[in-house]
Amino acid sequence: MASKLTQSNRAGWSFALPGFALISAFIILPFFFAFGLSLTNQRLISPNPTEFVGMENYRDLLGLAVITLEPGRDEAGQVLRDEDGEIEYPRVRTITRSDDFPQYRGMREWFRWQSGEEAQVVIASDVVFMKALTNTLVFVLVVAPAQGGLALCLALLINQRLRGINVFRTIYFMPVVVSIVVVSLLWRFIYDGSDGLLNNMLAGLTFGFFQPVDWLGNPDTALGSIIAMSVWQGVGFHMVIWLSGLQTISPTLYEAAEIEGASKWQTFRYVTWPGLRNTAVLVLIVITMQGFALFAQIDVMTKGGPLDSTQTIVFQAVERGYGRQDISGGSTISVILFLIVLTISFVQRWLTREK
Amino acid sequence: MASITQDNHGLRLGVRYLVLTLIALIFIFPLVFMVISSLKPDLQLLSDTSSLRAFLPVGDISLNNYTAAFERAPVGLFVFNSVFVTGLTVILSLFVCSLAAFSFVFLSWTGRDVVLAIIIATFIIPFETIAIPLLLIVSQLPWIGFEGFEIGWLNSYQVQIIPWIADGLTVFLFVQFFRDLPKDLIEASRVEGASWWQIYRKVVMPLSGPVIATAAILKFLIMYNQYLWPLIVVQQEAYRPVMVGLGYFFQLNPAWGEIMAYLTLITVPVLTFYLVLQRAFIASIASTGVKG
Amino acid sequence: MKNAARLLTKTTALAAVLAATTTPALAQTELSLWYHGAGNEVEETLINRIVSDFNASQGDWEVVLEAFPQGSYNDSVVAAALAGNLPDILDVDGPVMPNWAWSGYMQPLTIDEGLIANFLPGTKGMWDGQLYSIGLWDAAVALYARQSTLDDLGLRTPTLDNPWSGDEFMAALEAAQASGDYEYAFDLGMAWTGEWYPYAFSPFLQSFGGDIVDRSTYQTADGALNSDEAIAFGEWWQSLFDNDLVPGTSQDPADRDTGFIEGRYAFAWNGNWAAVGHLAEVDDLVFLPAPDFGNGAVIGAASWQFGVSATSENPDGAAAFIEFAIQDEYLAAFSDGIGLIPSTPSAAAMTDTYQEGGPLNVFFGLSEAQALVRPVTPGYVVAASIFEKALADIANGADVADTLDAAVDEIDRDIERNSGYGH
Repeated sequence: MASKLTQSNRAGWSFALPGFALISAFIILPFFFAFGLSLTNQRLISPNPTEFVGMENYRDLLGLAVITLEPGRDEAGQVLRDEDGEIEYPRVRTITRSDDFPQYRGMREWFRWQSGEEAQVVIASDVVFMKALTNTLVFVLVVAPAQGGLALCLALLINQRLRGINVFRTIYFMPVVVSIVVVSLLWRFIYDGSDGLLNNMLAGLTFGFFQPVDWLGNPDTALGSIIAMSVWQGVGFHMVIWLSGLQTISPTLYEAAEIEGASKWQTFRYVTWPGLRNTAVLVLIVITMQGFALFAQIDVMTKGGPLDSTQTIVFQAVERGYGRQDISGGSTISVILFLIVLTISFVQRWLTREK
Repeated sequence: MASITQDNHGLRLGVRYLVLTLIALIFIFPLVFMVISSLKPDLQLLSDTSSLRAFLPVGDISLNNYTAAFERAPVGLFVFNSVFVTGLTVILSLFVCSLAAFSFVFLSWTGRDVVLAIIIATFIIPFETIAIPLLLIVSQLPWIGFEGFEIGWLNSYQVQIIPWIADGLTVFLFVQFFRDLPKDLIEASRVEGASWWQIYRKVVMPLSGPVIATAAILKFLIMYNQYLWPLIVVQQEAYRPVMVGLGYFFQLNPAWGEIMAYLTLITVPVLTFYLVLQRAFIASIASTGVKG
Repeated sequence: MKNAARLLTKTTALAAVLAATTTPALAQTELSLWYHGAGNEVEETLINRIVSDFNASQGDWEVVLEAFPQGSYNDSVVAAALAGNLPDILDVDGPVMPNWAWSGYMQPLTIDEGLIANFLPGTKGMWDGQLYSIGLWDAAVALYARQSTLDDLGLRTPTLDNPWSGDEFMAALEAAQASGDYEYAFDLGMAWTGEWYPYAFSPFLQSFGGDIVDRSTYQTADGALNSDEAIAFGEWWQSLFDNDLVPGTSQDPADRDTGFIEGRYAFAWNGNWAAVGHLAEVDDLVFLPAPDFGNGAVIGAASWQFGVSATSENPDGAAAFIEFAIQDEYLAAFSDGIGLIPSTPSAAAMTDTYQEGGPLNVFFGLSEAQALVRPVTPGYVVAASIFEKALADIANGADVADTLDAAVDEIDRDIERNSGYGH
């Protein structure tokens, strides 16, 4: 490219300035503010002076340790077993609440595994946050491909000349138009455990063999239910992005493919998909970001429960900052989230780089 | 021979429509539920949720919930506030963000890549996590209005608009789209002596129909569904938007029929906006002549 | 752009002043009042009536009302306080008041003590030995039942003097479940997340002998929320869910509203604000006192109250309004309107439902005999939220002792980080 033609500091800066200034003032500055708060003990409401606490908030969130539990033994030295033959271990609280181990004070069991007769227990300073982290990752890992892929299928389906296609295009987009809060409210009726629509429909389809499931009340199904609803709600939006990408592909390429007798799959593989590169990057990144920001559905539908099975990072940030009045803790979570997503987007960029 | 292919064609067309319709059902049923429920009294609404009656306008059907909703809350005011704030923000945002994106894609200037990276990184930051610091900032900002100079932006329209004009995602949307535009076009205009401003206005923006539509929809949805921000910066009913207004209906015993009526009412502006944009969309498809 | 509406009203006010210079409005100082009842027509009508009566009754002050939706009211106030934008007069939920008083959002309320001498104890917001807020009503919770249910199941009717014991209560629930007539024996109202959990359920814990925090010092929850009594409470709480006696945390709010009325739940744990609506639907409704799990029968107390913000420049005006608002006439009007317990016996006598022999008179007795305010400490807000989560987790099958220990740790850490919350 002829750099002489495009080189222009004055024009460049003045075009970018309004946007950059607004972003600096209303996003970057508050974010640095939040970063500063994460190094203090600032409360949302308090007459007490703010103190600098260094990395304490980060330690409180991310502290992890592994402890080994010896099996309980009777006087003869035999390993104690319960009725099912499982080895009985002392309770974790005998360690975490003991004065002999001040370093584990306040930590809780996250998960454990057994090696030989011993049990290895991973304890965390903040088990809820650890669960929020893993749930959010699961959410993103499932939703990104599912939503992106389904949206592309819909976009291809809808990008054809057919009478009345606009009606369908509008209908597929409708869930996006309705606020996620509203959608979550509606789906609470659908997911209801006793006489919800979903349970009744499934029972009808299986002639009554289906046992009603408490979709949002069961730790095994709650996150999955929210994932399904989120995919449903957001897929229309990404369909529109794919569509706008499809429209940038020159029709002459399709004509050429047709002349060469390419099959539908070949046309997609060699004409459509390469033309969607930038769109694909965009869709992937947008879904990832939206996934990490998962909040409204949780707030309306489960509040993080049951048993923390739907805790997410942003829900925890809000719950802590506002509910628990711990604005420094909430800010710490947002800084951690920022670092995680930044890392992921670097990885994504590297994976989708132009080869 | 000819008739066979025609039959075949008709069948395939039928299958296509069948598939499209089945998918449509999946997407539309909760909204049908919402609209139908808004016509029913509370007790019937709730007992109907367990069966297909939820989707049918049967039983005691009336517009009572709508009348009641207007009595309970100033629905018209809330919708006006939201549409006003949203509309203005969308317009300003499209302008500011596309201008910035233009400079990132078509111009080269010192610091460009760093600024772009920073801007894109900002859309990682969920708003919820910076709301309080932002509140503290806007409560100290000066403003000159009808009543002269004052400090603090609380209880106003501008506090709901200005912080939301520029965002990383909208800039990024434009950047990704502009990258697909043919560069020769811009260079040709440059050679002909057009200024950057003219190129932006006369060459690039006219080609950007699809991305403008996409960015506008996204921004519209974000703005129209604002909840946390207006909640903390607006203490006067006069400036309250629709999602905060939803709280009027959640008394200890929620009036579900009225809630459904309110939800239906506030969905109308968004749907209208989408339909209008979609027309623009179709126009741009027709002009580029893309076919499936 | 800002405040075009206000400008308009100011201009009209000015015009009015020019037109009639004798109007008392001229000398009136404006007082702002925030109230949580937006969208509640009855409450809005009542509060507006008090405001207009007050404005007409004297020439010094003019109260201007701003109403907020209840669900987000506290968030709005906290945000406004952070931004330095509080009104003169605030409406505050009783257990939250110490938090706002401690953090400097509110100032002590100086009103004539004679006026509140016979107010129910739960309606007086005391913190640090001073009165900060006063309520026009109190709230109480009762066990809702049908007389026919009691008769069919052959159950004794519990009284204030002789409430059901824990065992009797569980026997009643099991009898209801065994009858097969009900989807669930008992409805706790698990759909009402938020303040309902600590308000409605911590009294069970207290009746077992535990508490959310140790009220002797307010410096720890250790020994209160994880004591043997508290663990016994937790085991009992969990057994309700394990044995399908009650709907779980995923209860649909609609079921909460209609389940008892439709006869799908045999008993319900509900507040007096719902009583009027239920009486209209259920003929033989009775309100039973809370069961006694060994340490006395307990229900929560304290509801919304009025106080003065710390930044108000006219605390005397604010106090004048509050003194005006707590007249029996208004207490009775609110009670008739929204079903809550009027703060004084004399006001109760003026109401349709709480007067002697009235259908809700029983709540007045409940409030007097069983009410225990939630822990009076600025730390309550956070402790309540931690307690709420612990209750939900235990209901969903979490280990009782571990969950309560974790809640204790979290509450203690919060108290420590707030340097003891000023106790």
